[in-house]
Formats: sequence, C-alpha cells, structure tokens
Amino acid sequence: MLRYVIKRLLLMIPTLLGAALLVFLLMRLIPGDVCVLRLATGGGSMDATVIKNCRIELGLDQPYLVQFLVFLKGLATFDFGNSMWTGRPIVGEIGLRFQLSLQVAIMATLTAILIAIPLGTISAVKQNTWIDYVVRAFSIAGVAVPSFWLGILIILGILIISKAWFGTPWMPPIKYVPLWQDPWYNLSMLIWPALATGYRYSAVATRMTRSAMLEVLREDYVRTARAKGVFRKLIVRRHALRNALLPVITIIGIEFAFLMGGLVVTEQVFNLNGLGKLFVESISNHDYNMTQALVMLVVAIFALTNLVVDIIYAWLDPRIRYA
Amino acid sequence: MKSSSWKSTLPLLAGLAALGVWSLPAEAQTPKKGGILKFVVPDEPPSSDGHRETTFALAHPWAPFYSLLIRIDPEDKAAQAIVCDLCTEMPKPTDGGKTYTFKIRPGVKFHDGSALTAKDVHASFQRIVFPQQGVSSARKAQFSMVESISAPDDQTVVFKLKHPSGAFLPAVANPFNWIYAKAILDKDQHWFEKNVMGSGPFIFETHQAGALVKGKRNPDYHFAGKPYLDGFEAIFAKTQTLRVQAIRGDQAAAEFRGFPPKSRDDLVAALGKDVTVQESDWNCVLLVTPNSKKKPFDDVRVRRALTLAVDRWGGSKDLSKIAIVKAVGGVVFPGHPLAAKKEELEKLAGYWPDINRSRAEAKKLLKEAGVPDLKFTLSNRGVDQPYTIVGTWLIDQWKQVGVTVEQKVEATGPFYASLNAGNFDVTTDFNCQAVVNPLSDTSKFLPTDGAQYGKFEDPELIKLYEAMNKTGDEAEQKKLMRAYEKRVLDDQAYNHITLWWYRIIPHRTYMKGWNITPSHYLNQDLSVVWIDK
Repeated sequence: MLRYVIKRLLLMIPTLLGAALLVFLLMRLIPGDVCVLRLATGGGSMDATVIKNCRIELGLDQPYLVQFLVFLKGLATFDFGNSMWTGRPIVGEIGLRFQLSLQVAIMATLTAILIAIPLGTISAVKQNTWIDYVVRAFSIAGVAVPSFWLGILIILGILIISKAWFGTPWMPPIKYVPLWQDPWYNLSMLIWPALATGYRYSAVATRMTRSAMLEVLREDYVRTARAKGVFRKLIVRRHALRNALLPVITIIGIEFAFLMGGLVVTEQVFNLNGLGKLFVESISNHDYNMTQALVMLVVAIFALTNLVVDIIYAWLDPRIRYA
Repeated sequence: MKSSSWKSTLPLLAGLAALGVWSLPAEAQTPKKGGILKFVVPDEPPSSDGHRETTFALAHPWAPFYSLLIRIDPEDKAAQAIVCDLCTEMPKPTDGGKTYTFKIRPGVKFHDGSALTAKDVHASFQRIVFPQQGVSSARKAQFSMVESISAPDDQTVVFKLKHPSGAFLPAVANPFNWIYAKAILDKDQHWFEKNVMGSGPFIFETHQAGALVKGKRNPDYHFAGKPYLDGFEAIFAKTQTLRVQAIRGDQAAAEFRGFPPKSRDDLVAALGKDVTVQESDWNCVLLVTPNSKKKPFDDVRVRRALTLAVDRWGGSKDLSKIAIVKAVGGVVFPGHPLAAKKEELEKLAGYWPDINRSRAEAKKLLKEAGVPDLKFTLSNRGVDQPYTIVGTWLIDQWKQVGVTVEQKVEATGPFYASLNAGNFDVTTDFNCQAVVNPLSDTSKFLPTDGAQYGKFEDPELIKLYEAMNKTGDEAEQKKLMRAYEKRVLDDQAYNHITLWWYRIIPHRTYMKGWNITPSHYLNQDLSVVWIDK
C-alpha cells in the first residue's frame, strides 16, 4: 500500500505541471491588464508612466518564458510570491480563506452524508412505496434547486420569521470568526451555507446510494444471506450498504474537492470569505499569480482526494488490493 | 433675532437646494459616546495607499485612520466649505495668488506616538505632487499648477504655484491626500501600500483580507472630544442583495456608496422608522464616447446625431425610478455656480426641449453623413448600476432615429482593455470626482487626459481649458466653461453626457452625525458619527 501511495504522489507531479502550463497560458489569453484595472476602476486619470512602472514592478514586462519559469520555481518551493492586486504574500492570503472553506466543505459533506446514506438506503429498501417516492422527490428537488437560490431563500426566511417571532429581523452574521474563538457565532454563520450546499450535495449522493443499493440488493450473495435467514437489517447494514458505498464515496470525494474552491456564488450569498470568492476576484482582477496558485491548490486537492477515495475503497472492499 | 438668523440661513438653504442635497432634518441631539459602528463596503481596494488608489473602497474603511491638511467640512451638507484639519487656519494666498502658507497645528500625534509636523505634511504632498520614480500617484495631474512645496520649519508648509488657480485648494482638500509620517516614507515609499499608520480619529486594529477592517478610537485625536464611536468595523460584502439584507437584519448600519431606489423602498418597507434615508445629487456622471478615430464616428455629424437622439429630460423621469441616475446636466456638476442653467442647456445638442425636432435633426445629419441606417456596437461595462440599465435605455433612444445598436457588455478588465486599445465603436464611461471642483473635474474631457477614450485631438479645447483655469474672474470662467462645454458636447460632440448619478443612502436610524455629500469619497473619517442606541 505504501508503495502505491508513493507512486500516486509521484504521478501528481506531471499532473501539476500540465495544469501549471495550462493555467499560465489561459490567464494570458484573457484580455486586460492588472495595472490598467487598478487605475481605471476608480475613475482616475491613467498616467502611461505609472502603468509602465506597475508592469515592471509586477514582472509583466518580462518574456512569457521567464514568467513561466518564475511560476514553476514558486510552485517547487511553495512560494507563489505576492498577489499582483494586493501586494500581500499569496500563501498568507490563501491561508486566511482556507480554514473557512475547509470548515464549510466538511460541514456540507457531513450534512450530505447524514442525509444521503439513510435516505438512499431507505428509499432502495422501500422501493416503489410512498417513502421511496417522497425521498426521490426530495432528492430531485435538491438537484434542481441551485444552492445559491436556496441560500437567498434561507436568508429571507430567517429575516421574515425572526421579525414575526421576535419583532426585529435577524440575519446570520456576515463576518467570520474561527470556531475555536466563538463556536456559537461561528456556527450561526456557517450552518446556513453548509445546509444550502449540503442539500444539493446530499441529493446527488442520495440518488447514487439508492441506485447502488438496488443493484447490490439483487446480488446473489444478498439472496444467499436472506436464504440463510440472516436478519434483514444485518443484510442491509453489513452486506449491502458496505458494497453499495463504493460509487457513493467517489461522488462524495469529488464533491468535497469541488466545494473547496467552487462555492463561488454561495460564498457571495452568505458573504463567506472563502477560496471560491478569492478565485473569482483574482480572475477578474487579472491577478495572474493568485489565480495560478489557486488553480494549483485545487488541482492538488482533487488529486489528493482521489487518492484518499482509492484508499477508502480498499478499506471498504477487502477484494481491492493496490500494489 | 430669530428673524435675522433665519434670513442668514436662507442663502445656505438655497445653496443646498441648488446642489440637490436632500435629507431628513438633522436632529439637534447631543452626541453620545461609545459603540462600534458596523458598515458594509461593496469592494476591496488593491492597496491601502490613499495616494495611489482612486476607489471609494479604500476611502470608506481606511479614511478614519488618517488626517488631511485641509478637508471638506464634515458638517457641510453641500460639501463645498473647505476647513482646516491639520492646519490652524485657512491660508490667504499671497504673491498675487501664487503662494499658500499653511500653519500646522501643534501637538498632533501619529498613532505610534510620534509628533506630526510640517515635515510630514511636506513629505506627503511631495509624494503626491512630485512622486519618485516607481511611486504611483493618482492625483499628480490635479497639481499641475504647483511649482514647489517646502517646509521652512516644523509648523509651516508653503506651496508655490506657477500661476493662480481656483483648482488648488479643492485639490489639496481631496479626501485621499492622507498625511503620512516622513520617517516611514524616508525608509520605504511603498510602506503605506500594505500598512497603516496615521493621525486620524481611529487607530488601525486589523485588516482581514476579503473580510473586514477594524479600527478603535484614537484617544489623542486632535479634535477634542471626538470621535464619538469606540470603534468601527468595515465589512466587505460584494453583492448588493446581501448588503441590503445586512442593513435589514442589523448586521450593518449602513453602506456609504449608494443603493438604487428599489433597495431604498424595500428597506423602508421592512424597517419603517428604524431606517433613515439621505439622498443627494452625485458628482458622478455616465458618459457616452464615440471613437473619433473610427469611421463613421470621425464625422462630427454622426457624433452629433447620436447625442441629438437621446431624450435626457424624459429619461431622467423614467430612469430615476429604477437606476441611480437622475439630474440632467452638462459637463459641470448640476447646481454648481459654474454649471449651465436649464435655458443654457436647452441650446445644446441633445438637450433641446422638443425631442421630435431634435430627432428629426439627428436623422437629417445621419443622412447627410451617408449612414441613415447606422449600425454599431455599444461597449458597456458589466456593472448593473447604472451602466447596463442606461446602456439598454440608450439603445432604445438611438432606435428612434433608425440606428441599430448591439450592446457588448464586458467585465471591467476586458472592457478597459478594449477602450485603451481603441477597439470599440461607441462606449460608455464615467467621471466621478471627490471635491466638487469643475475646473479640475472637467479635465476628463480633454484629449490629453489619460482616461479620455475618444481618441481625438483638439488644441482649441485645450486652450479653452487652460484659459479657464488661469483666470481668476468668475464671470470669465463661466463664459469659458460654456464655450468649453459647447465644444465638447455640441460642436464636436466628442463625449455625450447621459444623466448625472443620484446617491441614495438608507441607513439605520441609530447612526447619527453622518451627512450625505455629493461624493461617495467625502466625509468618511467618521469623526462626527455616533450611535444612538
């Protein structure tokens, strides 16, 4: 197993290099200039000398090859330099947002797992009953409803209900405080985006759990277990669910990695200072350094999540062995 | 006695009305001390250096940390009166209007405890007016009249001008001209881009990038008894819906840029007496600029036809219900003494009272220019308020004279990249300024201005502008301004004014002491703001 993990980690290097080249080229294809943008958006006069100096300061006057090598050096040393927009170190800027994004991703994943696995299982076991229909309607609605829209509804709902019950409207906090500093405040802010995204996430996972369970419940070994007189609950829990979880784990893994950098709109709705918001801002600000660093981070998260999913496969299914 | 004091306030009230500054009457209450003011900011600036940046997103959270040499009186709703901040009294120009000597308040301290002297003021203005190589100064061009700055002693700063200029004091009073410590600037001219150390009413506590800026009360502030607040939190919130809900749910007391009418109405409906609305004409205007280097927009008849087709008087009534625009005006902020009166405006192309006659003339001009079925693309910035809303309205206006327009909406980056490269037919653009100072604000229309995208050359226009700035005679200034305006908007139609913006600030009623001004850059040091809870 250790050899397999090392091999997979080494395979990440060409993946990261490919992604690095791609993001470097794509960023430079987008028209616009961070220096012009800094001055133009405020409505000020644009002095050509100031723009020229800014470009020299940021290294944008260098040939593309030199810029790419600087980027690769930063990638190798985990030092991506400073943000072209704020001038602050990129590692610090990302670090600031990482803990929030990670907490939301974990909370949304837990929400999804807690909803999806029981509901998907019940839905499969009670196939074609009213319970199954309700669960299916619930999960289809979750896939159909965009999480940002649900987020807006949640905020409006809280405002209206709090006004009706307490006389003054209340809304969740809009500034982040770490969990260890003030758990109540932290959770009163993050529980809502976790629910909004967790619902959509759970809907996908519920449908996957249901279909995987239905398939497994028809397997010979389940029929054999039944014939041997094993309790139904035991069959479902020990024999069917464990095997049915393999595709569900894949979906959960992919979604988790996506949540780390892809919660762009939900972050805007709840004013979360997360990686998704930083991603969009860095692209619209033409902050090459920041965008490149973020893309590399997301690629690394995806690669690592896939590795973890593969390891969980082996734990869930003893037949899977890696060499 | 009562009668005479009432009479003495009449001109002031008339002035306010003329400037279009409207708000609920200020209550005569004694300010209370204490409390943390929370407000939302729609954007975050690239750096914390006021000399370099031009965005309100810097002014709102960072202005409370700094002092200015002179400033717009925070209690003057018209935002016209310039008063001392760090100086002891407003200087009277000497040497035929070419020398201004400022005396600096003694005993002012920076937040690190060091004394603020004339040397710091000198170093700060030296950086703004004559920046070193590699230092960005966004307002350098506003000080083209300054010949030299000196600090002969610790209490005196002297500005020598090349010629007398009415634009000098308003330029000095710009709310971004923060006074930095010379000792820090001597070591690193870029230090203030990432760090904060001022002498303003609040002491910097923290800046969490992307999240918030916090400040606490400066107990040694040079205006005794101020500020009233214990501190403030400026929370960055990009989406307008969220900012409105934050005020509604009391996560913030205000947002100081401005909301559209619908958001104001929603907040008033939801909060009733718990929300107070202040409104003002805004020293910001949305322009239309044809690319004079590109056919057929190199033909003045085509440019004039485009402005003649637009019904500004009717548009003002309709658009003001849905967008942050309202006043019809020329190149000067409406209501200012240098602005065109209605009867003067009505003589300019695009402002005629009879829109049918105006559009008939537009059709005639297009036919004469050989483009009766003109088709072009309007480049527009992907910002709803007011760009895309006004852009859509313009398309309909031009359709009335047979012109077919396609709107190309782009994100800010690509939008300005196209403008700079000259890759556009006709574009929208804007002119937002801080201190209402038409002599300086109208430089935007010059072919030499860095943010003029019309790509034209016109030495005659430059001559008019220079003459206007050099004369001290107000009547002459007005005359020259009318000639300048006519050349820009009518005779050559290089730029077209659409409508001036309208600022609407609904805020929690418990926030007191803050007065709306015609600029979202002004009056943000929060020294006179207090909480009545």
